[in-house]
Amino acid sequence: MKPPVFDYVSPATLEEAIQALSAPDDGDVKVLAGGQSLVPLLNLRLSQPGLIVDINGLDELTGITEEAGYLTVGALVRQREAELSDVVRTACPLLHEAIPLIGHTAIRNRGTVGGSIAHADPAAELPTVAACLDAELVARGPGGERTIPAADFFTGFFTTALAEDEILTAVRVRSVGPATGAAYEEVARRHGDFAMAGVAAQVRLDGDTVAEARIAISGVDLAPVRATKAEAALAGRTVDDSILDEAADAAVADLSPSSDLHGSAAYRKHVAGVLIRKAVAAAAARAREAR
Amino acid sequence: MKTREITVTVNGRKRTVTVEVRRTLADFLREDLGLTATHLGCEHGVCGACTVVVDGHTERSCTQLAVQADGREITTVEGLAGPDGELHPVQQALRDNHSFQCGFCTPGFVMSIYGMCEEKKAGRSVPCSRAAIREELSGNICRCTGYQSIVDGAEAALAGAGSDTGKDA
Repeated sequence: MKPPVFDYVSPATLEEAIQALSAPDDGDVKVLAGGQSLVPLLNLRLSQPGLIVDINGLDELTGITEEAGYLTVGALVRQREAELSDVVRTACPLLHEAIPLIGHTAIRNRGTVGGSIAHADPAAELPTVAACLDAELVARGPGGERTIPAADFFTGFFTTALAEDEILTAVRVRSVGPATGAAYEEVARRHGDFAMAGVAAQVRLDGDTVAEARIAISGVDLAPVRATKAEAALAGRTVDDSILDEAADAAVADLSPSSDLHGSAAYRKHVAGVLIRKAVAAAAARAREAR
Repeated sequence: MKTREITVTVNGRKRTVTVEVRRTLADFLREDLGLTATHLGCEHGVCGACTVVVDGHTERSCTQLAVQADGREITTVEGLAGPDGELHPVQQALRDNHSFQCGFCTPGFVMSIYGMCEEKKAGRSVPCSRAAIREELSGNICRCTGYQSIVDGAEAALAGAGSDTGKDA
C-alpha cells in the first residue's frame, strides 16, 4: 500500500514537460496532475511507472476563460475551482451540475478537470460531460498543438487518443445560449463513489419544442456513450412523459453494459433508462426557465 | 531523481527535509515529522482519515506526494489546539456532542469540519443544514458511531463559526 520506486520531475514549463514525456528508457511515464486517480493507483501498485512528470507547476494550464462563445477550462484547474466558478455556471451549466458529484470536497480541492478527462474512467462524470457536449480537447506534444473532438478522444477503457508524449492542456466547450438547461443524474452506492450509471443531458428549446438535445451515458460501456438515437427522438418534440419513455427506450436498446459486483447488466440498463428520463426532464425544465 | 529536499510549513513551523519522491504526504507527516495524529485508513482517498488542510483547503494526504507539498502550508489536527492545550472551537463542539467512539476517524472528521468552518468564515457558500452536512461529511468514514453525534457536533461547530451565508452548497 505504498507507491513503488520511480523517478520524478516537476518541470516549470509545458515544453520541458513534453520533453520529459518523450525521454526514452524510462519505462512507463505517467503525468501527475491532481493525483486523485494516479496516487491511489500508485499506492495499490496497480501503476508502476518508471518516471512521473508532475505538471502542477505549469501555470499555463490554469485559468477559466470565456471568449467568443467558447468556455475554456485549463487542464490543471481544480475541480472545486470550476465548481465554484460563476463563469462555468453560466457558460456551461452541465459542468456546474456534474462536478459536485465527483468524490468529495477534499478530492475536488485537489483533483483537476483535465486529469479526470485524461484518465478516462468510463464511470466518471467529466468524460461524460465532455462526450455529451462534444468538447474540444486541446493537447500539446512535440509537434505542437492539436484539438481532438471528444467523439474521437475516448477510445476505450481508460484509454484516450492522447499520444505518449502529449499533454492535455485545456478543455473547450461552446457556451450555452438562452433557453438551454442541463442536468446530470447518476446512481452510486454511496455519494462520491463511481456511478453504476450516470446521464448527462443538455436541452435547448425553441418555444416549447426541443431544438437540440445532447445526452451521454456513463458506466455502461468502455467509454462514455452518446445517446444519439434518444437525441434524435427528442428533436422537434415537446418534452412529456411519452416522449421521455421513447427517448429512454431508444437509448437503452443500444446498450450492452457488463455485469460486475456493483450491478448486473440488466440493472445498469434499467438505471440508465430511468436516469435519461430524469435528466432530460430536469434539463428541459431548466431550459424553460432560461427562456 | 529518487529523493528531493522540500520545505513545508506544518502547523506554523517551517521544516526542510529530504524525502523519497515516492513518499506520500501522509507518511511524511507521520514518519518523518512524527505527527502521527493524521491517520491512514484506506490509503486510496476513500475513508478521509488522512484529511489535512493544505493552503487553506482540505485535501487527502494519502493521495499526494510529499514533494508536491514543497512550499505549501499544512495544518494537521495537531495544529488546532492552543499552545496551552485549549481545544479549538471545532474540537470543543465535537467533544461537547460526544462525537466519537474509538477515535480512529477523528482527525479526518475534525479537519473536514474545520475546513467547512474556515470556508464559512471566509464567506464562501457552506452547507449548514443537517442533510447538507451529511452530504459534505460523506467523504469521511466512521465505523463506530452511526454518524448522528458527529453531525450534531458539526452542526454545533458550524453554528459557532461566523455568519450563516444562507446558502446550502
